[in-house]
Amino acid sequence: MSSGEPSPAMDRSAGSKPCTTRASAQAVAPDRSTRSFPLRRLVRKCVWMLLVLWGITIISFVVIHLAPGSPTDMETTLNPLAGEAARRRLEELYGLNRPLYVQYLDWLWRLVHLDFGISMSADARPVMDKILERLPLTVGMNVASLVLTLLIAIPVGVFSAVRRNSLADRVLTVLVYIGFAMPSFWLALILMMLFGIELGWLPMSGITSLGFESLSLWGKVCDVTSHLAMPVAVYTLGSLAGMSRYMRACMLEVLEQDYMLTARAKGLPMSTVLWRHGLRNALLPLITLLGLSVPGLIGGSVIIESIFALPGLGQLFYAAVMARDYTLIMGNLVLGAVLTLLGNVLADVCYGLADPRIRSGARQTQG
Amino acid sequence: MTLFRFRRLLGRNLMLILGLVLVLGMSLAALLAPVLAPFDPNEQHLHDILLAPCATYPLGTDRLGRDVLSRLLYGGQVSLWVGFVAVGISISIGAILGLVSGYFRGIVDEIIMRGVDVMLCFPSFFLILAVVAFLEPSLTNIMIVIGFTSWMGIARLVRAETLSLRERDFVSAARLSGVSTARVLLRHILPNAMAPVTITAILGVGGAILTESGLSFLGLGVQPPQASWGNMLMDGKAYIEDAPWLSLFPGLAILVTVLGYNLLGESLRDLLDPRLRR
Repeated sequence: MSSGEPSPAMDRSAGSKPCTTRASAQAVAPDRSTRSFPLRRLVRKCVWMLLVLWGITIISFVVIHLAPGSPTDMETTLNPLAGEAARRRLEELYGLNRPLYVQYLDWLWRLVHLDFGISMSADARPVMDKILERLPLTVGMNVASLVLTLLIAIPVGVFSAVRRNSLADRVLTVLVYIGFAMPSFWLALILMMLFGIELGWLPMSGITSLGFESLSLWGKVCDVTSHLAMPVAVYTLGSLAGMSRYMRACMLEVLEQDYMLTARAKGLPMSTVLWRHGLRNALLPLITLLGLSVPGLIGGSVIIESIFALPGLGQLFYAAVMARDYTLIMGNLVLGAVLTLLGNVLADVCYGLADPRIRSGARQTQG
Repeated sequence: MTLFRFRRLLGRNLMLILGLVLVLGMSLAALLAPVLAPFDPNEQHLHDILLAPCATYPLGTDRLGRDVLSRLLYGGQVSLWVGFVAVGISISIGAILGLVSGYFRGIVDEIIMRGVDVMLCFPSFFLILAVVAFLEPSLTNIMIVIGFTSWMGIARLVRAETLSLRERDFVSAARLSGVSTARVLLRHILPNAMAPVTITAILGVGGAILTESGLSFLGLGVQPPQASWGNMLMDGKAYIEDAPWLSLFPGLAILVTVLGYNLLGESLRDLLDPRLRR
């Protein structure tokens, strides 16, 4: 990660190295091995997730509030017209003059009621509103790129596993290594040079063109699509290397299993064996990887959105950090953590649904 | 040894050799920057602004007429430094927590490992960004923050190794002969867990370099006029139309360096850990 880039890229390298399934087993959530009733598992998992979320809020809150600087700097210290009294009034307004633990408990109490508080910038809007208006773009781009990634990575991974050590597999391996080392922002710049400047096919920034309002519905769809094509491509290429490599490793492991030999031996055609018996089993570990790749995607959005000037969550967070808008930063961090944890739970549930060995684990021991 | 296996062996070593060449080459170039660089990296040639690559300036000049090649070489020092110090910090934290966790087990283990889970669920780039911005962006702060947010993998790895090593006879022997716990951990267990740690560390260097360049690209990393590959790309972005070489070369340098560390790490893993050999 990376992809993601470091950054996302860092996350990319941490979250989705070409790992074998053995390595991935370590990265999975703690109670993968317990094969109790799925509902109880889910409840336990959710309780654990809430605890993790609580831990994350404590660390973030303390780190952010103890760091030098204050949200009032922008409006007072840097503004020659505002004096000491104005600063104190602002601090009182934001509650920054209270002890840290009081501030935290107050913030937590509001969070429990799904209230992220009021932004500490001049517009003083609720943090929730600010986030909600940015959320669809970032999530939409990530989902689109995730679908694209899977559509490409699965066939590629299966192909290179089946044709292991062939020329095509080697070429793909080289490409994967390059993909891992590629900084996402550089990839973005290269795409801009190629499609934005040289060929002039795609717009280089923003989400809509100037005369957007006057376009027909179809025209609007085309306009937004052409603006988002490059960013989505950067996200996709960023996670493609890891995903296809992982798919290859999983497929290689499945290919060695006895049931594959059995299927071949009873006369099934190779394509049926591969796609029905092989792929279904090889896809299982991929679900876990999807859940783990969420933090990388969220982190990557800061860089990619800043390059393409897209009004998404990443840009919002960057602006919040620059203005030291504590409530908005905390809101973003909590949201990022919630999305990550949701990805985890969802992966866990899907894993259970997809793998009958886990789903019916309790019943199997009886019968 | 069949021809097939021989070719596979060669293929694996080819990766290792290529990785070594890239890593050593880029490191040497960075270390020898004062000798190799044709110009001072911050010297402005205001008559030669935004020149395309030519004989005098092999990789062109930027908006202040600074030589891109010289800045690339000095930028390499930043990357090398960040990579090694950040990974050094993350290994120290990860190894100590992993050793303690695996050796004492029980409640200590439980607490540390749950802490690892919490850290893994952090949207870490968000946190790094916030902390670096708050503490004033600087090389030192970046190295520390990257180090403090990337120790989890090492901790899990060292813990797993420690769990199996602590049951071995030589550890019992050391304990029975009255060696202190700290010494058992550091002199008897840690050296035996060094192989996987080294591999993870090498791969971590590449990751740290990518993170640093990402931060510098956002303007939150190494501050101008000091050159780093990330902030050179940030500068180049504004001139992407007229001076594409400003965006091309620093990115290529990042790509090649990270590729080198990844190749080296992966091929060493294949060589040292036969369980993963395919």
